Amino acid sequence: MISFRVDGRSGVPPYLQLVQQVRQALRMGVLDVGDQLPTVREVVAEVAVNPNTVLKAYRDLEREGLVEARAGQGTFVRRRPTGPPPTTHSRLGRSLARWVREAREAGLDDESIESLLKVTLRSADTATADFGEGIA
Amino acid sequence: MNPSGENTAVETSGLTKRYRRATALSDCSVTVPLGRISALVGPNGAGKSTLLRLLTGLAWPTGGSALVLGGTPRQDPAFLADIGYLAQDVPLYRQLSAEDHVQAGARLNERWDGASARTRLRELGVPLDRAVGTLSGGQRAQVGLSLALAKRPRLLLLDEPVAALDPLARRHFFATLTTAMAESEEGLTVVLSSHLIADLERVCDHLILLAASRVQLCGDIDDLLAEHVVLVGPRKDTAPIERAHTVVHATTTPRQTTLVIRRGGPVIDPAYQAEDIGLEDLVLAYMGAAAPPAYAHLSTVGEEQ
Repeated sequence: MISFRVDGRSGVPPYLQLVQQVRQALRMGVLDVGDQLPTVREVVAEVAVNPNTVLKAYRDLEREGLVEARAGQGTFVRRRPTGPPPTTHSRLGRSLARWVREAREAGLDDESIESLLKVTLRSADTATADFGEGIA
Repeated sequence: MNPSGENTAVETSGLTKRYRRATALSDCSVTVPLGRISALVGPNGAGKSTLLRLLTGLAWPTGGSALVLGGTPRQDPAFLADIGYLAQDVPLYRQLSAEDHVQAGARLNERWDGASARTRLRELGVPLDRAVGTLSGGQRAQVGLSLALAKRPRLLLLDEPVAALDPLARRHFFATLTTAMAESEEGLTVVLSSHLIADLERVCDHLILLAASRVQLCGDIDDLLAEHVVLVGPRKDTAPIERAHTVVHATTTPRQTTLVIRRGGPVIDPAYQAEDIGLEDLVLAYMGAAAPPAYAHLSTVGEEQ
């Protein structure tokens, strides 16, 4: 069983924080196929969020095919998220560490590195969004 | 919205409350769907308490109408049986114990779940036998909430229930509230007023924003956040933006313009960078737009830039 955290000031909507934490737990192997997610009541008692928020998060995960609701029993993990295996994460992590070292040597502080990463991510997002909804 | 009102807990139309000299609430039309926790926010004196009192039948409107769980608010047992109301500052009898309050509730209410109130308070470590006046603010709030829940209401109206509480007591209060909601078989709708937006963001999924006695916003919080965008760009003529969108609030410095807009479509001006808006900035933008001109120069959004 996993436990959730909800940060009210992160800017990420609470339901999305729950979704991300389940996906993360699946990627890291903390949750496995067949495992049960906490019930709505348990989540709500633990992190004091709206029950609808938990339902919305579980519905999203169900739509993704990651979990399934079994009537009268609860919500269970159906499969791991698709995407690269954990080895890819560690490989990319190593090359990012090299890049960070390079950036520090060039005199960038953490704040500059973070804003550079944000800008790069956002411009990559915008490039994708132009083909999608076109909201930029 | 369901026109028959089946899915609606609260529906008001042009609701107005005038006193001899002042208008407390003006032309208020809001809808709260069943099963939601609605945040009632706005500056002091915006009409939040007035709206809650009108919904309970403790005050009468001077104009407009309200439907609460399909009935017109009035102080009679048939209407009040389904409604829990916790007034500001948790009015309890300070010399009486929580147990005394639970027993009094049993005599005053036809439907009364005293056992669950006792269990809840025991679990929270709130002494049942001590005078409520000697309890901490957090414990008193839990007593007030447990009593309101013991009615097994279908609608709970809470007027600034956590204003005086420390962060941990607030968290416990909201955990009690959301757990009761998850456990409720008949379904529970909550309207709660507060100034603590960070709390509301995690607990509420619906928003009513009052300012200057009027409704500024009412709707699903996720929808409202998706409809609004912060635009940051160089200082220039904003007329093209104003033609396509509704500008809620604008802040300008000699070089920069920050706009909070309600989107009328995609934002295509490349000079502006569009950013998602958080609940706090959204609320402040509308409150700022309705604020007296003396405050107009204050930036309310994007201060981190």
